Amino acid sequence: MSATYQPRHAAELRDGDRAAEQRQAGQKPLGGIAGWLDDRTGAAKGTSYLLKKVFPDHWSFMLGEIAMYSMIICLLTGVFLTFWFVPSQAQVVYDGSYVPLQGVVVSDAYRSTLAISFDIRGGLLIRQIHHWAALIFVVAVFVHMARVFFTGAFRKPREINWVFGTILSLLAAIEGFAGYSLPDDLLSGTGIRAMNGFVQSAPVIGSYMSYFFFGGAFPGESIIPRLYSVHVLLIPAILVALFTAHILLVFVHKHTQYPGPGRTNNNVVGYPFMPVYIAKAGGFFFIVFGVIALVSAVVTINPIWAYGPYDPSPVTAGSQPDWYMGFADGALRLVPGWLEFESWGGFTWSMNIFPFSLILLPAMWTLIGIYPFVEKWVTGDNREHHLLDRPRNAPTRTAIGVAGIVMYAVLMFAAGNDLMAIKLHLSINDITNALRLLFFIGPPIAFWITKRICLSLQRADRQKVLHGRETGTIWRHADGRFEEIHAPLSPLERWSLVQHEVAEPLQLTHEVDANGVARPAARKERLRAKFSNFYFRDRVPTVTPSELEAAHHEHETHDSQVEAAHAPEAIEPAGRP
Amino acid sequence: MNDNQTTAAPVEGSALVPASGDGQVLPASLAAGPDTFENPGLPPHVHRAADIDPAAAKRAERQVATMFAISMLGALAFVVAYFAIRDEATFFLPGVGKASTQNVVLGLSLGVSILFIGLGAVHWAKTLMSDEEVVEERHVQASSPESRADAVAVVSDGVDSTGLTRRPLLKYSLGGALGLFALPLGLQVVGSLGPVTVGELKETLWDPENNNGQPIRLMRDPEMTPIKLEEVTNGSVFHVMPETLQHSIDERKHVLEGKAKAAVILIRLNPDDIKVQKARDWGVDGVVAYSKICTHVGCAVGLYEQQTHHLLCPCHQSTFDLTEDCKVIFGPAKRPLPQLKITVDDEGYLVAPEGFAEAVGPSFWERKR
Repeated sequence: MSATYQPRHAAELRDGDRAAEQRQAGQKPLGGIAGWLDDRTGAAKGTSYLLKKVFPDHWSFMLGEIAMYSMIICLLTGVFLTFWFVPSQAQVVYDGSYVPLQGVVVSDAYRSTLAISFDIRGGLLIRQIHHWAALIFVVAVFVHMARVFFTGAFRKPREINWVFGTILSLLAAIEGFAGYSLPDDLLSGTGIRAMNGFVQSAPVIGSYMSYFFFGGAFPGESIIPRLYSVHVLLIPAILVALFTAHILLVFVHKHTQYPGPGRTNNNVVGYPFMPVYIAKAGGFFFIVFGVIALVSAVVTINPIWAYGPYDPSPVTAGSQPDWYMGFADGALRLVPGWLEFESWGGFTWSMNIFPFSLILLPAMWTLIGIYPFVEKWVTGDNREHHLLDRPRNAPTRTAIGVAGIVMYAVLMFAAGNDLMAIKLHLSINDITNALRLLFFIGPPIAFWITKRICLSLQRADRQKVLHGRETGTIWRHADGRFEEIHAPLSPLERWSLVQHEVAEPLQLTHEVDANGVARPAARKERLRAKFSNFYFRDRVPTVTPSELEAAHHEHETHDSQVEAAHAPEAIEPAGRP
Repeated sequence: MNDNQTTAAPVEGSALVPASGDGQVLPASLAAGPDTFENPGLPPHVHRAADIDPAAAKRAERQVATMFAISMLGALAFVVAYFAIRDEATFFLPGVGKASTQNVVLGLSLGVSILFIGLGAVHWAKTLMSDEEVVEERHVQASSPESRADAVAVVSDGVDSTGLTRRPLLKYSLGGALGLFALPLGLQVVGSLGPVTVGELKETLWDPENNNGQPIRLMRDPEMTPIKLEEVTNGSVFHVMPETLQHSIDERKHVLEGKAKAAVILIRLNPDDIKVQKARDWGVDGVVAYSKICTHVGCAVGLYEQQTHHLLCPCHQSTFDLTEDCKVIFGPAKRPLPQLKITVDDEGYLVAPEGFAEAVGPSFWERKR
């Protein structure tokens, strides 16, 4: 760049500064601390740019905010907890104020968590806020992710942010697991025990990985300090860094918006950051925090004193992980044991565990992460998209999403198969077998039903545009016929129903080149055309102005015929019962 | 025209033509033809009560101020409660049960003080701040062709100046150095994470060498008292640890590591119910001992169903049939629970003379080696 750099005279700079001040004549000059800061950082320009930023309004845009705020609440309360929590598995005799456990040998981690719960004033509240905020964080992340998926907000130019978000959601789940394992109580210890089993199941290096993780034999005295370092330093650092990039990209891209009158792909309609969104979004932080505090005041979460300290020998019936790890636990419950086998050489292949524990999470999140690129390849659509899809207008994507959720839900419910068996008085074997079946047939059925629902909703939209809104007013004609009066839509009402485009499947025009030689690319393109056909085979065209006119014309002829046949006064409202 | 198209759309308005498809793959028809609706533009603005009626605006102002006042009261209530409520005080909270007074009062006051700031701010924004929508134009995300060309020029000039393209020796030696520098760091952290004495996975405290080759008594867990044969009545279940665990308990060293592999469940069945000869031989008069560590991922298998003689693991519901030498009859485990051979010593106590014949607990790669 040195070649293009033009040195400027010092005097010019000063002139320019003055000129900028002169432009602002009539306004309050930037002085005081703000002026001092801007002298040293030049932040005024960026600040006014940020404060003028426009955000569109919609309730579903608050899901990501909930995730962001509950993460901040976790960071804040987490710092508090580190002041009292001792991440050590050294065995000590409990002598705190919780009577039932006095005299019991426990780990220092468990002792200090009991101290936070019983002996440190307000400690239980902070601990419960931390745990509730963590649960809400992961829920909000997943629901936000679903919103982004179903509205197609991941499309160009936001694919990178989808990938960031995917990684964030995986980290959120791992962070949660590491966190709830720290108190070293019986329930979470059982979870770590199972994790040891997962690690050990890895072919070739499993036993070594287990000894690395635990610093020797399970459980050892290293896993809690190590998880602590992962939970308070490693993952939070990555989470905060990625989250910052996530938010920066939202600013760079400007927020997506739902289609509506006046909203186009080239603008963003909403309220400026200053003052409306500072008040609304800032206020929402306090609402999320306040609600979590209220919940933490009255609803006990993770009562570790009731579980007791970790010991590999006692039994905990109804052992469930925190909800977001449920699907992984459920997957393990559904897998049949016969998948394990021994190979030549006496090596054990735990194919009933390894693929469904160590591989499951990375595999699932990879599928989620690459979806935008798959869809882009199928549609061949290289445009920027800033207007969101209504989920019904992208039936195949919506159906894929619902099928994925059903698959996830089956696994999550499988993690509660023992509780279902007890509460519903059913055989656990029947429940497990039913869920096994459902895992395979549920998603295709959900796909089909969702797609059909989307298409019929689109048809309903079409009908609404063509024939107007149902008014609920029934007219009885003199000849005894009943008719519901439809009111035509105004252009404002109509726009959201007609603005979307309906993609058609890509078609392969020819498989050989001009010389009649088979093109090497044809095979790939055939596959792509097939996928494209799968996505866009079934479609409902949007109403065009000429169709609407034809429909109006038809109504008019119909109405005039009616009027010609019967005098207007012969039509009377039937009245509502 | 449909203005959903961005200026970034590729050639011909037919965006469905993939950039890489060199025109071989085409949409059946164009998605957006000329016969489309016109965007009607922003709807007319509807004024709120507070925009036109000063009294309504004054009312909204008072409401917001009231919410902020409630927040202040909540914060003060927290301070008072922090000092006023005894740590051990409890009360009955309907729908929840016995609750810590301090936790409930501190939480509610904190929640109110925080929540009402938010409610006040949002109400303020919704009633008094401008609700005129603002339109901001978007611009294509990509930089201008000039900026792109400039960036390429800067990078390629820089690369040229380093000589990387002309001096392959530098390129490959730098690549090698960068490729290897992480190795020492990686080796340090992975190599030093733990001793890798994985052979231990096959050993338990039941191995006779832990007791100078002598048979090891079965002890009640956690009382650590020996068990006489006649104390094991029909259908009763004992959770058992080896006598050798006592050393660890006394020294407070490796107690949990020992328990994690040595936990055993001891049950008396009617000898005729045991269908496997080996299982009968390794027990005494129908009293049999099995490892309590699940062969799936290692939870304690402790749910015993007396009627069916099934052992159920609470973690993933693997079910083992005691009458069939703890064969897996349901669930994700593959292998039966290993049996511990037991006899009775001179004083009538149950002992294990040999330890387990195979590795206990979850599967691992070298288990059978």
